Amino acid sequence: MNDENSPLLIKASNLSRHYQVSGGLFKKDVSVKALNNASFELRAGRTLAVVGESGCGKSTLARVVTMIETPTEGALNLDGHVISGDNPLSDEQRAQLRASVQIVFQDPFGSLNPRQSIGRIIEEPLLINEPTLSASERESRARQMLSFTGLRSEHYERYPHMFSGGQRQRIAVARALMLNPRILVLDEPVSALDLSIQSQILNLLIELQERLGLAYLFISHDLSVVKHMADDVLVMYLGRIVESGPAEQVFANPRHPYTQALLSATPVADPSRVQHRIRLEGELPSPLNPPKGCAFNPRCWRAEDRCRSEAPELAMLNTHKVACYFPL
Amino acid sequence: MSAPSDTPAAVQRRGRFLEFWGYFRENRGAVVGLVVFAIFILIAIFADLIAPHSPTAQYREALLQPPMWLAGGTSEFMLGTDAVGRDLLSRLMHGARYSFFIGVIVVVISAGSGVIIGLVAGFARGWLDTMIMRVMDILLAFPSLLLALVLVAILGPSLVNAMIAIAVVLQPHYVRLTRAAVLQELPKDYVTSARVVGASRIRLMFVTVLPNCLAPIIVQAALSFSTAILDAAALGFLGLGAQPPTPEWGTMLADSREFVLRAWWVVTFPGLAILINVLAINLMGDGLRDALDPKLKRS
Repeated sequence: MNDENSPLLIKASNLSRHYQVSGGLFKKDVSVKALNNASFELRAGRTLAVVGESGCGKSTLARVVTMIETPTEGALNLDGHVISGDNPLSDEQRAQLRASVQIVFQDPFGSLNPRQSIGRIIEEPLLINEPTLSASERESRARQMLSFTGLRSEHYERYPHMFSGGQRQRIAVARALMLNPRILVLDEPVSALDLSIQSQILNLLIELQERLGLAYLFISHDLSVVKHMADDVLVMYLGRIVESGPAEQVFANPRHPYTQALLSATPVADPSRVQHRIRLEGELPSPLNPPKGCAFNPRCWRAEDRCRSEAPELAMLNTHKVACYFPL
Repeated sequence: MSAPSDTPAAVQRRGRFLEFWGYFRENRGAVVGLVVFAIFILIAIFADLIAPHSPTAQYREALLQPPMWLAGGTSEFMLGTDAVGRDLLSRLMHGARYSFFIGVIVVVISAGSGVIIGLVAGFARGWLDTMIMRVMDILLAFPSLLLALVLVAILGPSLVNAMIAIAVVLQPHYVRLTRAAVLQELPKDYVTSARVVGASRIRLMFVTVLPNCLAPIIVQAALSFSTAILDAAALGFLGLGAQPPTPEWGTMLADSREFVLRAWWVVTFPGLAILINVLAINLMGDGLRDALDPKLKRS
């Protein structure tokens, strides 16, 4: 799978997304930098995992890549189309891109319309994007997709409330695949599911990736899941990427203190292993008022004066990239 | 439809209806309301066939004749006659028609426009939303009957104008209800996922979001049906709604005001008809709410 020649599907350079938050009647508006200066690449057949605690900008990244939000700064090259804040997409480009990027959401109970049958839910992408198809063609493709994702053809007429969480997530995957996308954004696809169901869905995703050559942008806070799935990893903290590189390198050899703290918190199924848990002090700072310098400095045990004054850039360090002045 | 050829979708739909009926049936008042409402509807539909007389025919020899069970009453005029000798029972039966006509038209106009405006407000956000909601707040700030009176005074007294006025007065409730439901549904993932596959705004509004907002709107429609009848009767009573000789219940009340002491039946029966009708619809609406509100459901 480690094929550098496979086509480049996503290339983000200095991607940022800021939100204006009204500060109140007499105060200035505040800008929240939900995503700040993110650069990464994703090739066909590969999985890029984005990890970090809640509020670190993972979901904003997913929303920018799926074109729900437009980037404020920087450029995003999606399957040959360039998206940037000052270069909005034409409707035509949008329609083409829709077919190549799709998303699966975290909560399978909220992501399916409760008033529509499974058949209608799965056919909706075709109905909108390929209006020339006849109803019977749509139905046959939907039924095919159902069996492709491990559901049965007779599920076609049923309604979402009649399914379990795992089955619903399969339906969500089926819907996302109807337009034959090349990139699938998975926004915590298994975190709402039982452990036993999680592995089923993960195996389905791996199988689909092998068969269809999909590129996954896999967003998760569960590091054991990421270890299982990812080829490359991005670690985010407060809207910034703090460490990125091949998964085995990042997991075996974390260089950023935050990554190390995250990894030390992951339970390992080995009772004889002695845990060296790094306990972080304090809370995630408010994105409305991020600390000066490196965003991680108030919680970092290695922080020095320099960390409190200027933010480190992401730089190559032996095996992978780290944004830290004093890497481990 | 024959049993073996039922599609699973039809079975599904029937299953949902049975579930609805199960909840509805538990509320005995609601079932009574439904039955009475159904009887009124049948009377309205078949008024021409079952009414013993024409609603406008005047029987000069039987002015203010009391109901049949009182001294001086005859079985020809079962509920008696009014001051110009028209059969009260026939007029009430034909009046049911007007009441339902008013209810249906007012609900269709106010719910239709209110739901659309509410959807627009909920989807637009920003200044358009603020503007729509402030206008609705202003409409709601007036006492409803007073506002209807002003509108009828501007448009001129007639049944159609009265219905328009009542629809305008009732419509802000639908706008608020729809907007609130839309705001609740919009952040859900299924809406985002419809957006990601490229659903147009119109499709998002009517196909994706609206069906999920319908339950409270249906209840409101049932309850405002009775409000419409009541308001129309009030306008009729004030002489601003249906004009005589239309056998509209409110107008009938107004016509016979001066005979309250001499012939109680000319006032009592139209009033009772309004009361029973409105009560039945309200009871039914209550049951409808119990059956449709997901928060009250036990699973």
